[in-house]
Amino acid sequence: MSLRIVVTVKYVPDATGDRHFADDLTVDRDDVDGLLSELDEYAVEQALQISENSDDDVEITVLTVGPEDAKDALRKALSMGADKAIHVEDDDLHGTDAIGTSLVLAKAVEKAGYDLVISGMASTDGTMGVVPALLAERLGVPQVTLLSEVSVGDGTVRGRRDGDAASEQLEASLPAVVSVTDQSGEARYPSFKGIMAAKKKPVQSWDLSDLDIDEDEVGLENAYTTVDSAAERPARTAGTIVKDEGEGGKQLAEFLAGQKFI
Amino acid sequence: MAEVLVYVDHVDGAVRKPTLELLTLARRVGEPVAVALGNGAADTAATLAEYGAVKVLTHEAAEYADYLVVPKVDALQAAHEAVSPAAVLVSSSAEGKEIAARLALRLGSGIITDAVDLEAGDEGPVATQSVFAASYTTKSRVSKGTPVITVKPNSTAVEAAPAAGAVEALSVSFSAQATGTKVTGRTPRESTGRPELTEAAIVVSGGRGVNGAENFAIIEALADSLGAAVGASRAAVDAGWYPHTNQVGQTGKSVSPQLYIASGISGAIQHRAGMQTSKTIVAVNKDAEAPIFDLVDYGVVGDLFDVVPQLTEEIKTRKG
Ligand SMILES: Cc1cc2nc3c(=O)[nH]c(=O)nc-3n(C[C@H](O)[C@H](O)[C@H](O)COP(=O)(O)OP(=O)(O)OC[C@H]3O[C@@H](n4cnc5c(N)ncnc54)[C@H](O)[C@@H]3O)c2cc1C
Ligand SMILES: Nc1ncnc2c1ncn2[C@@H]1O[C@H](COP(=O)(O)O)[C@@H](O)[C@H]1O
Repeated sequence: MSLRIVVTVKYVPDATGDRHFADDLTVDRDDVDGLLSELDEYAVEQALQISENSDDDVEITVLTVGPEDAKDALRKALSMGADKAIHVEDDDLHGTDAIGTSLVLAKAVEKAGYDLVISGMASTDGTMGVVPALLAERLGVPQVTLLSEVSVGDGTVRGRRDGDAASEQLEASLPAVVSVTDQSGEARYPSFKGIMAAKKKPVQSWDLSDLDIDEDEVGLENAYTTVDSAAERPARTAGTIVKDEGEGGKQLAEFLAGQKFI
Repeated sequence: MAEVLVYVDHVDGAVRKPTLELLTLARRVGEPVAVALGNGAADTAATLAEYGAVKVLTHEAAEYADYLVVPKVDALQAAHEAVSPAAVLVSSSAEGKEIAARLALRLGSGIITDAVDLEAGDEGPVATQSVFAASYTTKSRVSKGTPVITVKPNSTAVEAAPAAGAVEALSVSFSAQATGTKVTGRTPRESTGRPELTEAAIVVSGGRGVNGAENFAIIEALADSLGAAVGASRAAVDAGWYPHTNQVGQTGKSVSPQLYIASGISGAIQHRAGMQTSKTIVAVNKDAEAPIFDLVDYGVVGDLFDVVPQLTEEIKTRKG
């Protein structure tokens, strides 16, 4: 038996950098360093754990849709222990939205072959948290998403989803699309050996024609949503800051009373 | 006037507040038609009518509780066919966003998530979003298909506007995918008796500075004196001091209360992402250089173990 896992990872601008918009109102990727979205490290980690806990032959492929530099994200995932990587790269992809991204991912996942797709809970730049659900809809397979615990066995994926109102136990047969949260367990750091090994692992590049996707199905012009304006939020006006010299709590109460909160 | 579908978030017929906010916003764009699914669906009608629903489409079936997400998408799609609305509004819970996304894909529509405001525009509803940890405000539209938009809780003040709220049974045939992911067990979250974090008017949060699960009693006491919800930073959650359901931030809840009080929280970008749109922000931190002070309307540089209990006492005294 073998199990083919595809982990979808996104290359994102560093959240601690000064993120802003380019002139065409897409995310500016030039001025801020990019990296593998931290939330996708959890997806790579769970794939590795599933592999380590399995008697089957597990093959882990990491997949990204993104610009040239997105290779860095793939390298990081490979150095954590994934087996191979696929990079979908095409100039026509610039500005693609979630609906378009899910199309590209679906075609790429199908072409790669899969039993299980593992995604992160959300990308740290767009933070929509919808691509895994869209991917499941496109592939016509179960979505088992936002899991804080996941296991695979006997052709079934099981997991725990901690929702607003309840914590749910979920179950679906493979093939399926899973997403995992940052509660699923700390992601490992790449070892020196892992980093060296990653240099020799295969990274395949595909463009839109490899996936039979028309250029008018993706990209900024064909996006399903239009951003009309983006304005920097005015800095909050500087507040009052006091040093506690024994009366700090009372002073704070006075402020809250003045604002009618008490 | 065009109709607007509003997906109803309810627990056994009790409508949750974000749905009333959706009805309030929907009225700016058209006539709200509510869709209530599952156990107790019809019991929602009186409340929905009070806040402007002209119609309430209901459907009860075990599938809504027994399987994840897809049965609800099937139902919303059926409602869309029945009504041909000008937009579909869903509240921005984790599940709400997934339902909305799959619906949008089926309809050939675009989706906007986490809107914080909505207004009518010449080319359809215009959504305001707060992005990059709330450092930017964008306005966007859906440019293809029926706009599907999810709206964050606490984005608008709820306004009553009585309407007919006529209950109609929705007929739904479930897709092959509907039963793909089975819910094999469910443990309801225990109620703390405090307001819901995302719905609360006041949120009182503690971070690593609280230094221990037992010390969260200090944060809870302040919260209770104000009738507030309790939040926590990820550092406090990861340390096991407070449940993850109370985490505020990028990978926790996003809150937008009238008042946010942060104690022992440094104000990392991922924490700010979940609270920066709060109306009034207050912080207590012993480090005058903590980035949280860049956001505050009022800050106290001091030890939270001195300041917070004194604040709680003073509030109790003032409230009498
Ligand atoms: C992908 C990703 C997602 C994340 N998501 C979230 C999220 O959703 N929510 C979140 O909160 N974080 C999140 N984080 C973590 C975030 O980066 C910070 O590590 C975290 O917010 C720090 O929590 P803290 O402020 O409680 O702790 P610290 O940064 O350690 O700050 C503690 C503060 O307490 C003060 N203090 C200590 N003792 C006292 C005292 N006695 N009295 C007063 N003040 C005191 C200190 O001066 C300090 O400023 C995420 C990180 C990543 C990478
Ligand atoms: N461009 C992309 N390439 C690969 N995976 C992606 C991409 N965009 C989103 N994903 C996956 O979908 C998840 C959710 O993303 P989002 O819906 O954009 O918040 C991420 O954690 C990734 O696993």
